[in-house]
Amino acid sequence: MSNELVPVLTKRWLSPNSWTMDTYEQLEGYQGLRKALGAQPDQLIELVKASGLRGRGGAGFPTGLKWSFIPQGDGKPHYLVINADEGEPGTCKDIPLMMADPHSLIEGCIITSYAIRANFCAIYVRGEVLHCIRRLNAAVQEAYAKGYLGKNILGSGFDLDIVVHAGAGAYICGEETALLDSLEGRRGQPRLKPPFPATSGLYASPTVVNNVETITSVPYIVLGGSDWFRAMGTEKSPGPKIYSISGHVEKPGQYEAPLGITLRELLEMAGGMKDGIPLKFWTPGGSSTPLFTAEHLDVPLDFEGAAAAGSMLGTTAVQVFNETVSVPWAVMKWTEFYKHESCGKCTPCREGTYWLTQILQRMCKGEGTAADIENLLDICDNILGRSFCALGDGAVSPITSGIKYFRHEFLALCEKNAEDSYEAFLAGASA
Amino acid sequence: MTLAADKNTDIVVPDGHVKLTIDGAEVVAPKGELLIRTAERLGTVIPRFCDHPLLEPAGACRQCLVEVEMGGRPMPKPQASCTLTVADGMVVKTQLTSPVADKAQAGVMELLLINHPLDCPICDKGGECPLQNQALKHGRTDSRFTETKRTFPKPIAVSSQVLLDRERCVLCQRCTRFSEQIAGDPFIELLERGSQQQIGTAQDQPFQSYFSGNTIQICPVGALTSAAYRFRSRPFDLVSTPSVCEHCAGGCATRTDWRRGKITRRLAAEDPQVNEEWICDKGRFAFTYTTEPDRLLRPRVRDAKTGELRDASWTEALRVAAEGLTKAKEAGGVGVLPGGRLTVEDAYAYSKFARVALGTNDIDYRNRPSSAEELAFLGSTVSGTNPEHGVTYGDIEKAPAVLLIALEPEEEAPGVFLRLRKGNRKHGNRVFHMGQWTTPAVVKTNGTLIPCLPGEEADMLGRLPSEVDELLRRPDAVILLGERAAEITGLFSTARELAAQTGAKLAWIPRRAGELAAIEAGALPTMLPGGRPVTDSVARAEVELAWGLETGTLPTAEGRDLAGILGAVANGRLAGLVIGSVDVHDLPNPELAERALDSGVFVVSLDLRESSVTRRADVVLPVAAISEKAGTYINWEGRRRPFPVVITGTNRLPDCRVLDTLAVEMDADLFTQTPAAAMADLGRLGHHTGNRIPAPSVDAGRPNRPGQRHAVLATWHQLIDHGSMQDGEPHLAGTARPAVARLSVDTAKAFGVADAALITVGTDRGSVTLLAEFADLPEGVVWLPSNSTPATVRTSLGAGHGALVTVTTAANGAAS
Ligand SMILES: Cc1cc2nc3c(=O)[nH]c(=O)nc-3n(C[C@H](O)[C@H](O)[C@H](O)COP(=O)(O)O)c2cc1C
Ligand code: SF4
Ligand code: SF4
Ligand code: SF4
Ligand code: FES
Repeated sequence: MSNELVPVLTKRWLSPNSWTMDTYEQLEGYQGLRKALGAQPDQLIELVKASGLRGRGGAGFPTGLKWSFIPQGDGKPHYLVINADEGEPGTCKDIPLMMADPHSLIEGCIITSYAIRANFCAIYVRGEVLHCIRRLNAAVQEAYAKGYLGKNILGSGFDLDIVVHAGAGAYICGEETALLDSLEGRRGQPRLKPPFPATSGLYASPTVVNNVETITSVPYIVLGGSDWFRAMGTEKSPGPKIYSISGHVEKPGQYEAPLGITLRELLEMAGGMKDGIPLKFWTPGGSSTPLFTAEHLDVPLDFEGAAAAGSMLGTTAVQVFNETVSVPWAVMKWTEFYKHESCGKCTPCREGTYWLTQILQRMCKGEGTAADIENLLDICDNILGRSFCALGDGAVSPITSGIKYFRHEFLALCEKNAEDSYEAFLAGASA
Repeated sequence: MTLAADKNTDIVVPDGHVKLTIDGAEVVAPKGELLIRTAERLGTVIPRFCDHPLLEPAGACRQCLVEVEMGGRPMPKPQASCTLTVADGMVVKTQLTSPVADKAQAGVMELLLINHPLDCPICDKGGECPLQNQALKHGRTDSRFTETKRTFPKPIAVSSQVLLDRERCVLCQRCTRFSEQIAGDPFIELLERGSQQQIGTAQDQPFQSYFSGNTIQICPVGALTSAAYRFRSRPFDLVSTPSVCEHCAGGCATRTDWRRGKITRRLAAEDPQVNEEWICDKGRFAFTYTTEPDRLLRPRVRDAKTGELRDASWTEALRVAAEGLTKAKEAGGVGVLPGGRLTVEDAYAYSKFARVALGTNDIDYRNRPSSAEELAFLGSTVSGTNPEHGVTYGDIEKAPAVLLIALEPEEEAPGVFLRLRKGNRKHGNRVFHMGQWTTPAVVKTNGTLIPCLPGEEADMLGRLPSEVDELLRRPDAVILLGERAAEITGLFSTARELAAQTGAKLAWIPRRAGELAAIEAGALPTMLPGGRPVTDSVARAEVELAWGLETGTLPTAEGRDLAGILGAVANGRLAGLVIGSVDVHDLPNPELAERALDSGVFVVSLDLRESSVTRRADVVLPVAAISEKAGTYINWEGRRRPFPVVITGTNRLPDCRVLDTLAVEMDADLFTQTPAAAMADLGRLGHHTGNRIPAPSVDAGRPNRPGQRHAVLATWHQLIDHGSMQDGEPHLAGTARPAVARLSVDTAKAFGVADAALITVGTDRGSVTLLAEFADLPEGVVWLPSNSTPATVRTSLGAGHGALVTVTTAANGAAS
């Protein structure tokens, strides 16, 4: 396996004014679109199927297959919705991509909309990133001015409008059905499935929801072909992927590499562990993916490899923690996040995160007991797979994996408590 | 193959059904059925909170998790049985056979309780609480939760009658889904998120729901409580009696809970054909009027010396009444005004009393604006209405198109409104409202307004948009007429014609609960019981035979109607009146009624409470309230709605009993000693199969046209208003829609009141002053609520729907 960077999605990022139309057009920009408009929509769906492209939003669902679920000739409007909510802790790839190369996303949107016969596309961007939203809006304006958007795009007879919509700061609105509700102006809470967005999505019409990175991959596939795409990555997880590395490394940032790269290789690219302090634990794809440890340095980071090792590829948000970090403390912080972000719709996640947070906070204050550890695990068991959406499942990942690999750290907190209580007891007795 | 398997293959799966296994038992279920219901039919109750059969599934509480296997492959996670539909070959294991499901359910239950205050001992729901019951059945005996519970200030008043305790709320969203889906009201909403998620009032939208009480009933915990019932009793101390609502012609099934002779609350009962599981807030909360201080408890007679009413014994009062009526009968005759709120049994007693004891057809139950055309319509079209042949709630729900004329369903027939809304949501019905402005009901039924001048409705039927005409020709289309049809000349006739032309079914939905019963009982000047024309000798002979009268005893000529009776009294041609529960202010011409009552006529009044009539009566006979007697309403569908006595042992007498005894004093036998006897006596008459009263044939009237000096008045009642049957319930009154006068901006400009906050609508009789609100009324039309101001439209203006009125800026700035 190569440990070389393969700049595909990131290849223009360092060019001067990379976000402008001029730079983009000079560097192959909108070439994929011209090619795509010459093809039949169904040919494009087949092409993306053949490329093996899988969703980059976390779940890894085959993209071409998702598009093919859109009913054709149903007389309803079709919609493409881009998930640019990027809320998974540690994830930092979609926003840099939209900052550095917004036109590549727009080009992907136009090709995808053409393929699924949509004439309206919404890009739902995390509300906090104002600068990015402005840049994206400016790019959309440029695209309209150049005839890449609007009526009769490049004389093809195909029309498309793109709207950039700012979210209001809720992690749950990255979940695709909550996103759709939010986009419709409702309270962002996940919808009951079925019906799935492919048949009843935005305004109850057939809708494709895809991640920014997924859709940005499309123009490259159109230009390079499916074989070229498959030459990168693995059989079941082909293509390049942006790994966002954060934490205790020398050079945190976005590293684009073929799927299947290992942390060991990534660490090399990122200059190794910061100040040489050894690695203790890390997430392969955000906090919702169970923790890995130094044992997992050679696990191939593709969908299959991460799963086989007991975690998930998630958003390839690699958060790296060195030995100075207490696992219970980190787990407590993550759990506070999930408690704060739980949408409240279902009992297990709403009440469970509330409870877990308090137990962990108490343990970190040194007031835990060994029974708390068993309770944590049992509460997690009552949340995992019982919640309405995957947020609840993700919420228990840090806890169960943290206890699995670092139970001794949790126990140590409890022992200290037991000693303290004993001392307090003795102090009380002598008073 | 095993024997058992052999046997199993015998199960026949009808078309549109699937076969699945639940806890090892094979079961056939209709496609699309939710698993939780299939299990329930098998006798396995899966615990639940958010699930409600009449609401769309939410899957929010996660209490109903079960294990499911499809095509031999177990689904990776336990599934919510309230959101999963049955499928062929599905294998389901509930808590009874699956440890996984059992643990999942126990886990959810524990989580639901960690933040619950567990204040059952002071909670209204205690004893009938799904959370309490299911926690006892499926929960842990102790809690592992030792942390800090989430607290909220409590309670908060969602409205004057609904109080919310957010700590008890399990966030099942039943209340919000009810408001959104069933009622369509911006009432309550989910706010905030995570463990701070809570129910709250909708932002920027004022509370406005006539159905809010249903949320209290379907709340699976004590989070929503009623201001009226809060802390009043424990459910297990109450006696629950089935009852029927007396407030409109809907006939909703209710349940009345009471103890120690007092009603503590009223709830919706389940009747899928009529009200499903919902009632309006008036039906739920308006029951205190029977215990107001002015309730009549003893008979009264006017003292010969003082001229004042004084208490009297039943014996004396009945004797004085009988003597006075006998005299009046001889001195010119007695008219009978039973009122529109009676049961069939009571109405029948009035009808028979008029004919047998008073020898007259001068009887008219219609204590509201009415017309001769209407009388012909009631005889020809309404009498004999029944759910087998007529329009039903179900028909309204399934109709491809419904045209409402002169009927404001949410205000005048709330149950019908809910069905219209359901029909539109579930089946995409088209609803057309012929009226004057885009009322909330137009919006919430997703309907289309066909605007016209008040009084122009009949004429408009001849000029319907072609789309409407076309839709009415579809099979099962429905046309509905309301109470104020009687104020619109030619409407009954043209509506009948339209129905005949298009094939649409036609129904009349009056406002009051007793209307159809009174028609059936013959409490009208032209009709004997069963719609038998009084002028028809065969019909009369039938009645005479059944009543044991000599042939030729029954009066042969049509009697006087309401206006005729009052007119005849006023000018001395009638010498006596027997009046049931009638409020002078409800009558089309209250002034005439007052003049008549003050004319020295001998008045016997049968009433519940003191009123403008009892105060003028010579004899007042107190009668039983609805909860103190048995009886039968007939709702607008013609469906019989029998109910038993709720509060037993009050010794209060129903009208039919009082009249029976009074008749005996006058040497006549009614055989209506009890409601059962009255019903049996009516039953002996059997169905009328002979001639009916001919249908009306009146040309569409010319409406009053607005001019420079006059506007045209549109008016109808709001559901919650100053009606005396809502007395004594301030919490309900607090939810009334504000009383405002409505007119368009252009009309306001034309009358020079565009900048006025308060406007005065007047006639030469008087005026009503109200806050003005702009709405899309036709030019020159002003709308007033009929009875939402101290000065009612009838009393103050002496006018009704379609009358000419003046519109001016209020003189002194005070609303009247
Ligand atoms: C709690 C939660 C948050 C999510 N947040 C995001 C997000 O920020 N961005 C994203 O692309 N997908 C997010 N997802 C995944 C989406 O639901 C969905 O799977 C994805 O947008 C599909 O796009 P893809 O097929 O291109 O990956 C989230 C899922 C969950 C359960
Ligand atoms: S698991 Fe439940 S409470 Fe949590 S975010 Fe999803 S729907 Fe909301
Ligand atoms: S108030 Fe009652 S009905 Fe409404 S969400 Fe809470 S528990 Fe459910
Ligand atoms: S809809 Fe009519 S019958 Fe039903 S509860 Fe309301 S007033 Fe009573
Ligand atoms: S009853 Fe099924 S999730 Fe609430």
